[in-house]
Amino acid sequence: MNDVVNSSSGSTGSTGTINAAGVSIKDLRKSYGSNEVLKGISLDVAPGEVVCLIGPSGSGKSTLLRCVNLLEQPNQGAINVGGFEATDPDVDIDKMRRKVGMVFQQFNLFPHLDAKRNCTIAQTKVLKRSQEEANKVAQHNLERVGLGHLSDRFPDQLSGGQQQRVAIARALSMNPELMLFDEPTSALDPETVGDVLSVMRNLAKEGMTMLVVTHEMGFAREVADRVVFMDGGVVVEEGVAEQVIGAPTQARTKEFLRRVLDPTHIEIEE
Amino acid sequence: MAMTARQRARVSLYIQVGIFVVALAALALAIDWKTVGNSVFNFAKIGPMFPDIFLVGLKNTLIYTFLGFVVGLSGGLLLALMKLSSFPLYRWIATGYIEFFRGVPALLVFIAFGYGVPLAFGVQWNVTLIVMISLGMVASAYIAETLRAGLQAVPKGQLEAARSLGMPQWRAMVSIVIPQAFKIVLPPLTNEVILLTKDSSLIYVLGLTASQYELTKFGRDGISSLGAGLTPLLVAGAFYLVITIPLSLLARKFESRSARTKR
Repeated sequence: MNDVVNSSSGSTGSTGTINAAGVSIKDLRKSYGSNEVLKGISLDVAPGEVVCLIGPSGSGKSTLLRCVNLLEQPNQGAINVGGFEATDPDVDIDKMRRKVGMVFQQFNLFPHLDAKRNCTIAQTKVLKRSQEEANKVAQHNLERVGLGHLSDRFPDQLSGGQQQRVAIARALSMNPELMLFDEPTSALDPETVGDVLSVMRNLAKEGMTMLVVTHEMGFAREVADRVVFMDGGVVVEEGVAEQVIGAPTQARTKEFLRRVLDPTHIEIEE
Repeated sequence: MAMTARQRARVSLYIQVGIFVVALAALALAIDWKTVGNSVFNFAKIGPMFPDIFLVGLKNTLIYTFLGFVVGLSGGLLLALMKLSSFPLYRWIATGYIEFFRGVPALLVFIAFGYGVPLAFGVQWNVTLIVMISLGMVASAYIAETLRAGLQAVPKGQLEAARSLGMPQWRAMVSIVIPQAFKIVLPPLTNEVILLTKDSSLIYVLGLTASQYELTKFGRDGISSLGAGLTPLLVAGAFYLVITIPLSLLARKFESRSARTKR
């Protein structure tokens, strides 16, 4: 795995380098009331590694992802993100989150700000960069996702795929060391999915550590270093993409993949 | 004789207009126009009210409303944030405050801070301070509820996105959530200003010097000093409409704008 990879235009420290961080999750448990959604998950992601989380809805994969940057507070277990003990009650949660970019299913762009301001607001308010530097970083990252020419558009003037790419640029503008993607293409029109996936593919090539919850099996197979199949709050199967998706060993994995890859297949049994 | 539906509607309209005209004519004959001209709306008595009702009355009404709004907006924002806080004590305090001040008459609050409190504590408060406290405290309660609804109307994902970019809670509120909430509450907030403009008339119950008179006090004073019956009140009322009708139009404009675009 690559610890540090220079992207194509490494002009300044704040626009050009990825300083990838790893994640270590140990025996993570999370309940909502009496409903335990994560039943002791352990998962390690090496710096620069791309891991796809797959599984049926309600399997806990989104909750797991949201625990990594503490949008959900785990009940038990330990998470280490690039040296930050996320589960330590004394951790500086905001400092930790600066290292972790998050991309949401519903984009969550700030509708009152144009694309560029979406990418600069946290830079200036959190990282205390000058407006001028923040603009430069924002423009660089908008170009990186192929939207440099739309930087003055507001979110409601962009298509879903464009909004999601702005959301990725917004996260990248903070120079994260880890990117979390929570079903980034699930809310998109089919024809715009490809643009978002290709941005993510490039990011993976540049050496970003990525944890991706997705239903895009093609993407997982092609881009992921490792695929983790979750069901019912536990990791059922994990391994290299080719193996988990191509030749799964567990019955539940096989069943899930059969349904996802061939949704029109109707079976009447039992 | 058969009539079409359209003909029937037309005849019915003529009959209604006819009745209205006859009633109006009867009223015109019954009215003592001399009295009306003297005491209800006496054009000759309007002149003497100017320029003071404009330079002093309107000016003070605007100033009192503005002061009340500034205090009400700040207090309302604080209360709204308290009401949405995860800390129960804050929620209880905010709820108690809001229920109390929405539940008692504003006039009572004016009397309390105009006479009651200064007497009880032996202090001398000037009118501006009394207005800021009384009007501000009542307005805070109403504005708090408006703002709370606005803050809750901002999708949860906005706060999550801001927090996941490393913004502390207060920064996420200040830069992301509150600006969006304000756009949502602009129409109801404008209506609050209209209510506040009218409530500023309650200062009438306090002892005011001539330079502190606002529109209502001017109207009341005019009744005795000018002896023109309703005239001064109608003029004062017209000045209120000069303030409130444009605000009402503004609120409608905000409403249609926010209906067109989410931005």
